[in-house]
Amino acid sequence: MRVEQPSAAAPLVVAHGLCKRYGEQWVVDGVDLEVRQGEFFGLLGPNGAGKTTILRMLLGLTPPDGGELQVLGEPIPARAREARTRIGVVPQFDSLDPDFTVRENLVTYASYFGLRGKDLAPRIAELLALANLEGREDTPIAALSGGMKRRLTLVRALVNEPRLVVLDEPTTGLDPQARHHIWQRLRELRDTGTTLIMTTHYMEEAERLCDRLAIIDAGRVLASASPRTLIQAHIEPHVIELLDAPGRAAGEVLAARGAGVRAYRAGDLLLLYTATPGALLEELDAAGHRYLHRPANLEDVFLKLTGHELRD
Amino acid sequence: MIALPRPSFRSLAVWQRNLRVWRKMLLPSILGHFGEPLLYLLAFGYGFGRLVGDLGQLSYVAFLASGIICSSALFTASFEAMYSAFTRMANQQTWNAMLNAPLVVDDIVLGEVLWAATKGLMSAMAILLVATAMGLVADWRALWALPVVALSGFTFAACAMVVTAFARNYDFFLYYFTLILTPMLLTGGVFFPREQFPEWLQGLTYVLPLPHAVDLIRPLLTGGSLHQPWLNLAVVVGYGLAGLISATALIRRRMIC
Repeated sequence: MRVEQPSAAAPLVVAHGLCKRYGEQWVVDGVDLEVRQGEFFGLLGPNGAGKTTILRMLLGLTPPDGGELQVLGEPIPARAREARTRIGVVPQFDSLDPDFTVRENLVTYASYFGLRGKDLAPRIAELLALANLEGREDTPIAALSGGMKRRLTLVRALVNEPRLVVLDEPTTGLDPQARHHIWQRLRELRDTGTTLIMTTHYMEEAERLCDRLAIIDAGRVLASASPRTLIQAHIEPHVIELLDAPGRAAGEVLAARGAGVRAYRAGDLLLLYTATPGALLEELDAAGHRYLHRPANLEDVFLKLTGHELRD
Repeated sequence: MIALPRPSFRSLAVWQRNLRVWRKMLLPSILGHFGEPLLYLLAFGYGFGRLVGDLGQLSYVAFLASGIICSSALFTASFEAMYSAFTRMANQQTWNAMLNAPLVVDDIVLGEVLWAATKGLMSAMAILLVATAMGLVADWRALWALPVVALSGFTFAACAMVVTAFARNYDFFLYYFTLILTPMLLTGGVFFPREQFPEWLQGLTYVLPLPHAVDLIRPLLTGGSLHQPWLNLAVVVGYGLAGLISATALIRRRMIC
């Protein structure tokens, strides 16, 4: 069967009603997704929400129990191998080859794509530069830091010049500096027209990087839009966090008065959501309460949609 | 009904990856190939052979050398397809990385089995060299033994890969060693002629692949005549195909879920 190439306008990933069940539990429960060409798309949700299972389905590594899926114009899982020739994957867990050095890792991984010979050497030099690993070509994997391993894993995923890059929690466990390095590389990739799909449970990461994202909990997509649209659609623009017991008590009183204030109790915090914070802040200041006033973010959206925190 | 393996040429990338690692550890690898079987050959062949005398036309050392070529292929291929392949599957995430590239489980299983067979062949060739130098090989027909050794190595590796598909840890492999490999080794005609056993035991153990590999390989090395080569080949090939098909199906179920 001849499968047509997707045109520039057609979505790169189309999923309808994807389902996956392990035993009695539906870990993916009727997921619809559409990822367009050139987009940085995020799957945001807590651990166990089904993000990784969805990614594995996109790659043909988890056969769905229901639904339809096309990636890069190929039906998945039937033609997953063909799709994967044009996909780069950054897995959640380190799968660098410990039997090899940095360079050997890239050469060997390239060979899985059938890439070899003299065209490969400049490509590998380019990737080493991109990962800031020049001069470490001959270092064994065990001698790399966590950040270096992540960087190498990222450029390894680019060895086949993929149209779509799929990343499973790319910065989990990294220190802030290493995380920023990865973020920068991902933005550069997006700027060169590569389509990216990333799972994360860091709302800051999703908000900074993603053009559009799906909020996922318990195997379902709760909402899907750009971060800004999600925040505007679901949450009042101002958030006041009350940080101690007297503040929380005062906040409850203020919220009970109604008048455009919504209160939410999250652990030892009381969150007040409002479009007009002026009068509230004056009252809290007058009473001398400790609070934090900030703009609404994706964490707030998640909290409202699921009733529980994202657990950073 | 299990779906038959549909591997591609990308299996060779798996084989080549393992070769690349092997080359990095060339010296210890080669020492391993020569070392242990050579010790067996010398110790048993000369120590034990004096007590045994000749077996028909054949000196005991020559008999043993042709047997140890088979058992070395058996153990080298089985080890590689169990301990090493399991490490790559479960501990090192090597297979997971391959599955993120355009390889499928079918390619990986075939590539690993081919590699384990290659190592089995290399170990057998090491002993063949030594045996030739010791004057234990009859004539040029011995070269025909090499493809048969490679085929047998494939079969032993494919069977071991079935065990790997079920393994949760390294200890699991001891079942296979104790219950299958060691009995097959001791009854397979490697160290002494199978005719020493009562007939019922000969019959019972003739359903295993090793005695058939020995029946094919020994005459080619020692200048004897093949008795039922087609039956021998059919059994070896049958085990190889059954092993490859089952291992592929089982590992698919394990990794693609």
